[in-house]
Amino acid sequence: MSHLPILQVILPLVAAPSCLIIRRASLVWLFTLGVSLAALAVSALLLQQVYTTGPVSYALGGWDAPWGIEYRIDLLNAWVLLIVSALSSAVIAAAHSSVARELAAGRQTLFYTLYLLCFAGLLGIVATGDVFNVFVFLEISSLASYALIALGRDRRALWASFQYLIMGTIGATFILIGIGFLYMMTGTLNMADLAARLPAVGDSTTVLAAFAFVFVGICLKLALFPLHLWLPNAYSYAPSIVTAFLAATATKVALYLLLRFTVTVFGVDFALASLPLEFLLIGLGLAGVFVASAVAIYQLDIKRMFAYSSVAQVGYMVVGIGIGTATALQATLLHLFNHALMKGGLFLALAGLVYQIGGCRIDAFRGLGRTMPWTMAAIAIGGISLIGMPLTAGFVSKWYLVMAAIDSGLWWLGILIVLGSLLAVIYVWRLVEAGYLQSPPQALAMIRSEAPLGLLLPTWLLIGANLYFGIDTRLPVAVTAAAAQFLLGGAAP
Amino acid sequence: MLLASLYNYWVVIALMMIGLYMAIAQGNLIKKVIGLNIFQTSVFIFYISVGKVDGGSAPILTAGENLYSNPLPHVLILTAIVVGIATTALALALVIRIKHAYGSVEERDIQASEDAAAAGGEKPC
Repeated sequence: MSHLPILQVILPLVAAPSCLIIRRASLVWLFTLGVSLAALAVSALLLQQVYTTGPVSYALGGWDAPWGIEYRIDLLNAWVLLIVSALSSAVIAAAHSSVARELAAGRQTLFYTLYLLCFAGLLGIVATGDVFNVFVFLEISSLASYALIALGRDRRALWASFQYLIMGTIGATFILIGIGFLYMMTGTLNMADLAARLPAVGDSTTVLAAFAFVFVGICLKLALFPLHLWLPNAYSYAPSIVTAFLAATATKVALYLLLRFTVTVFGVDFALASLPLEFLLIGLGLAGVFVASAVAIYQLDIKRMFAYSSVAQVGYMVVGIGIGTATALQATLLHLFNHALMKGGLFLALAGLVYQIGGCRIDAFRGLGRTMPWTMAAIAIGGISLIGMPLTAGFVSKWYLVMAAIDSGLWWLGILIVLGSLLAVIYVWRLVEAGYLQSPPQALAMIRSEAPLGLLLPTWLLIGANLYFGIDTRLPVAVTAAAAQFLLGGAAP
Repeated sequence: MLLASLYNYWVVIALMMIGLYMAIAQGNLIKKVIGLNIFQTSVFIFYISVGKVDGGSAPILTAGENLYSNPLPHVLILTAIVVGIATTALALALVIRIKHAYGSVEERDIQASEDAAAAGGEKPC
């Protein structure tokens, strides 16, 4: 039990090269699924442990904290670990048929290897309490995801992957520069130690520069408007399963990093006092919501449309950090979870569509309600959750966000958040209209049938979770409330 | 005086700007990768400079030496160098695939053939 924090990361990391020994694609898939489920079990145990007894610290190799690398699991990262491993399990459960259809036979084993590497990297970023370790895991997951994106069938996948590589490496190197500045000023790389030592040197320009570099670097990874340019192409041309995985986990992990650095390492007081961060986060977040949603409305390729919608949803989460109260942080953490459920479900449904008809242009949606009723219903419900209608998970997080805005006296912000959601109504409505109100083109009406069950079940698991957590909100609300309290230095539960 | 004593930091800044500019502004993909390399290398030099202790020797335990340079940044940068090599290798592999797929490693040509394909109504996904 005491080794859970390291098991969480080492399990997929060791499993990745093992895939190459197994070789047979179907067996590798089963193996990957098993590893992912094991990681899920570990993160569930961790969350339970942290929730009942408080933060867990693990000294790697027995070297005690500020000298050795420490893995430190508190409520915040236990929550994100659970989200990442749960979504990974759902996505990989759906992967088999989609990967078999979209990737050449010789590449499937390599796909699962890369997938596990990316997964291990993401878990590592979240679990570690050492800032340099963050950089290393960030690069592990990034390098794996560049390669995963480049596996897309279209040649534009290569170009998208290369552009992401350039932007991503610049972002990661910015974080590295920031970490260097921090080390210069404090002589430590441990997050808790940094948090304790930084206030003493807080007014130096070096610390300010460190914060600026780290902030911009993370925002590049997060795809916060206007640093989102790599995301739409990368999501559109990557294999469908990769898109579902990255959309559900990668941006969430980047958002976790932003929270961890601004709130834990630098501290809210420093972050808000030194930079006009509140203004910056709320401004950029809102700009992201409106610009990306508006662009999404005009997209003909639906994968691309939901990619822009992801940029918009990141905007909401960042606005929550910008408001900075406990309720707002709770709204951000809730939306982190809910958005992972929505986008995971939606992109898996699109994977089913690509499986059946080889594309997901808006034309492909005509009459889909009749030819692929389950897939279309999943997309419709996922879309409704994206808008934030009552009885879906999306409503819960938007509700908390609007409440947080109004509590802080920012009633105009509450109105803008609701207006932003109305833009989502427009782009989701296009799909619903095409799917249910138009008749299928003659040529396709005969041949189209429902996506394979292996794809449909995980899709509906996630979509069902959207509905379930829209009605029974006890678990996410309780955990995120405690995590937000803990982050702001309140009494740990 | 300040200029001279901190000369390695000036070198870092110069390299950093050159590398970043190349990675962003160059149209040739190989040159972009080279720019990225220069950018990363500047950060490596920065870390090594941070680790230097005035008058300190190499961090090896020997009799008569009490002042050592800080070895930790060196170790960190060994890791970062490996990461940099992996990034370069992956980037160059992608460039080879791009050259096969598009017949060019110039951003302008790639963009042009993309625009032509888009005008021809080629289907994405």
